Amino acid sequence: MSDTAYGVAAVGLVIVATVLIGSFALRFSRTTSDFYVASRSVSPVWNASAIGGEYLSAASFLGIAGLILAYGADMLWFPVGYTAGYLVLLVLVAAPLRRSGAYTLPDFAEARTESRTVRRIASILVVTIGWLYLLPQLVGAGLTVSLATGAPEWVGGLLIAVVVVFSVATGGMRSITFVQAFQYWLKLTALAVPVLFLVLAWRSDGGPTPGAGPATFPDRTAVHVTRDTGFVVTDPVRVLADGLLTAPSSGSSTSYAGQRVTLQPGTWRVIAPATLTFPAGAVVPHATSLQPSDGDDWARPLSGAGGRDHPLYATYSLILALFFGTMGLPHVLVRFYTNPDGRAARRTTLVVLALLGGFYLLPTIYGALARVYTPDLLLTGRTDTAVLLLPERMVGGTLGQLLTALVTAGAVAAFLSTSSGLTVSVAGVLSQDMLRGSVRDFRLAAAFSVAVPFVLSLGAFSLAIADVVGLAFAVAASSFCPLLVLGIWWRGLTDVGATAGLLTGGGLATAAVSATIAGVDRDGWAGALLAQPAAWTVPVAFAVMVLVSLGTPHRVAHGVARTMVRLHAPEAVALSAHPPRQP
Amino acid sequence: MTGTPAVVAVAVAVLALVALAVPLLRGGRSRRSFGTSADRAAFAALHEASLAAPPLRSGLTAAGATRAVRHLRSLLGTAAVALTDGESLLAWDGAGEQLHADAAVAHSQQTNASGRTEVLGPGVVLCREPDCPIRVAVVAPLTVEGRVVGSLAAYAQSTSAGLVRATDEVSRWVSTQLELAELESSRTRLMEAELRALRAQISPHFIYNTLTAIASFVRTDPDRARELLLEFADFTRYSFRRHGEFTTLAEELRSIDRYLLLERARFGDRLQVTVQVAPEVLPVTVPFLCLQPLVENAVRHGLEGKPGQGRITIVALDHGSEALISVEDDGIGIEPDAVRRTLSGDPDGDSVGLGNVDERLRQVYGDDFGLVVETAPGAGTKVSLRIPKYRAGVHP
Repeated sequence: MSDTAYGVAAVGLVIVATVLIGSFALRFSRTTSDFYVASRSVSPVWNASAIGGEYLSAASFLGIAGLILAYGADMLWFPVGYTAGYLVLLVLVAAPLRRSGAYTLPDFAEARTESRTVRRIASILVVTIGWLYLLPQLVGAGLTVSLATGAPEWVGGLLIAVVVVFSVATGGMRSITFVQAFQYWLKLTALAVPVLFLVLAWRSDGGPTPGAGPATFPDRTAVHVTRDTGFVVTDPVRVLADGLLTAPSSGSSTSYAGQRVTLQPGTWRVIAPATLTFPAGAVVPHATSLQPSDGDDWARPLSGAGGRDHPLYATYSLILALFFGTMGLPHVLVRFYTNPDGRAARRTTLVVLALLGGFYLLPTIYGALARVYTPDLLLTGRTDTAVLLLPERMVGGTLGQLLTALVTAGAVAAFLSTSSGLTVSVAGVLSQDMLRGSVRDFRLAAAFSVAVPFVLSLGAFSLAIADVVGLAFAVAASSFCPLLVLGIWWRGLTDVGATAGLLTGGGLATAAVSATIAGVDRDGWAGALLAQPAAWTVPVAFAVMVLVSLGTPHRVAHGVARTMVRLHAPEAVALSAHPPRQP
Repeated sequence: MTGTPAVVAVAVAVLALVALAVPLLRGGRSRRSFGTSADRAAFAALHEASLAAPPLRSGLTAAGATRAVRHLRSLLGTAAVALTDGESLLAWDGAGEQLHADAAVAHSQQTNASGRTEVLGPGVVLCREPDCPIRVAVVAPLTVEGRVVGSLAAYAQSTSAGLVRATDEVSRWVSTQLELAELESSRTRLMEAELRALRAQISPHFIYNTLTAIASFVRTDPDRARELLLEFADFTRYSFRRHGEFTTLAEELRSIDRYLLLERARFGDRLQVTVQVAPEVLPVTVPFLCLQPLVENAVRHGLEGKPGQGRITIVALDHGSEALISVEDDGIGIEPDAVRRTLSGDPDGDSVGLGNVDERLRQVYGDDFGLVVETAPGAGTKVSLRIPKYRAGVHP
């Protein structure tokens, strides 16, 4: 079999399996005259698997390892934050949110504030966050499919977009819970099985660790450049060049065809397609978007490795965004609705914590191994592909190809599950609040809600996948977190306060995020504040919401007392009028 | 470099969001209108009236009156306006609240008794303050179906024929709104009465047939007979439930399960049931007894009037923010015209439940969410409905 055959097979298999389980899971398990089986609700373990499946996106599967490769220890906060977000969710909102009966975040906003205006603003924020979250999924799909099959990068995004729109719009995913649960276990397997072989290969290799100095090529390495890129050479190095190179000093471009050339220090530019072959032990030149860092800095927290300014601020801001952003993600709440009651919602969250905690150990291992075995990604700047390249690099042979196919399958599952979850949420909001909400409107909305991020993904983004997802969390933390926390725990919240807080927090965070994505120069404090806005936008949003609510006490919702009882009293209290069935 | 396409892409995204936000946030059309001053005055008056109408639609309450009275005063253009329900002051808007609000009920006594618009001069509307804008009052009655239910009082510096006429007209307009409110609430009461009737409406045939079927098991299979009796008890308890307009789909399905279990005891293998339920939609809140009548109809139409087996298929699917539910039988079908008559409220039809379910669904979720019936003689019947997963104010 050729190199790409395995990859094509893996991508195809995952898509087919997903569609099949989606269409038939319901039929297999539910076609019975036994009503009891058919009307049994989903158990917390299944539900938690489904939440895990929908939640583990391209950022978790590919992005974290890439960030660790480039920026080191500080990035460990990503897996911690992605998981700990559910702890905050568990403690503060899980059960009350389920008891509110809300299916989407705008539903909750309306139920609590009794205001259509707040609902509309919440809808716009859901769409914003959904698009911001979908964008890196489609970019990641492009990367993965192009790596696995050699297709152009837009193909992967288009493939995922089409499959998602098709399955969402036709209602093809009849039992989304089982599809998503399957995706979780697939993703876990796709990272856990290869990691065993990788660790064995690493042991037999003598267990090399990243050196104290800058990243170096472990062996003679041919770096294939598939996208035009600039890179900074610090030490002169003699390479075998094949392709078009622009020298730093003269600015003149030279085309090489397998000649030896010495790269002098400075910023070089290479035009794709090209191949540069570096000798073993050479220092890895870094793409212009990355800063080289010593191995010591890389392994030390808060060192600012990789050129991240103000690491202390950035870390705290990231922690705030991830811890408090999870509860505001549109596709998370939707899954909680499947729980029969508040108690089941809490149990589900607990299982989710365990499932995510287990999963997130794995990307960390990939990230560390990538620093040793795939440092060339620092040159091409495509650190997000580290997870996909490692099995081939470290194991090789047919086994390596099979493992690569497995990892590719997991990555495709990640794009599919997260994208379809987000699309359902965004399309639901669009069709309900913008169109009339018919079945046809929902289909239109589904197509529209994937089309926009797909078009955006065609633009060239230099940001890492996990960074963009982190920004989506920042917007969620600055808008929905205050609304949920204050709405559930403070009866003084008014519709005016909620409106002001959502607009201020969501608006500021969105502005900062847009500036960052558009590539506004990131230097000094201003850059750090824009790149990691949560540390200032979350407190501002809370403050605005509280102060404006205090200033408008006459606008407290009329039914607030009843709403609060419903949110906080166990369901059995309301149902106690029924005497239990006698045995 | 990579910056330029990214900037363009972000600009596109922002534009798309703005395009999305404009229709969502647009509260109303642009206020600028072209027309003569008379046109504009008419528009302004109609606009104020339209703002005052919604709060009045919940009847003559203090909360509604407080929100409406502001707009009524700008319609009348007087110094102050008061609304009473004959016994107490509901709302006061404008000047002199401290001085005159207490006397408002006393001012309305005469109108309440006579049912006519009365003008109270400075002798009645006493004021010690020399520069008080309130000297006279025009009090008009608010009537619902001929009864005086309250009064509208306009307070001004001096009286004029125009003010009396205007107060009269506004009070008549308010009365119309109150009558509409009354109509609305009697419609709701009617629905509730129908729901109560539906709760008690387990057909005598069903009870007789079920008990006979159970009796036939008492000797041959006492355990099964006991099981069936308990199921029967649970079924009746659910159906006779007194409180709550809503329940969850899981509860409703559980009751249907019991119902079908009892029917199977009677029909045996003749009754085949297929159920497909997406577990995601089980927690959806649905109107109480919204599926039960559909299943009863399906059993009736699916088995009666034809020999051999009948199959009933109940499907509940997850579709974004809605649940799609359908109940289908492969029986003799119904004349489409008969269904149309039933759904349009003709009480003669033999499926009373169908019309009631349809009406309640429309009342709760809006006209887009009524029942859809697909049927023809000999081709079976399929009844489908859509239930939004969330609707404000709908809780089990």
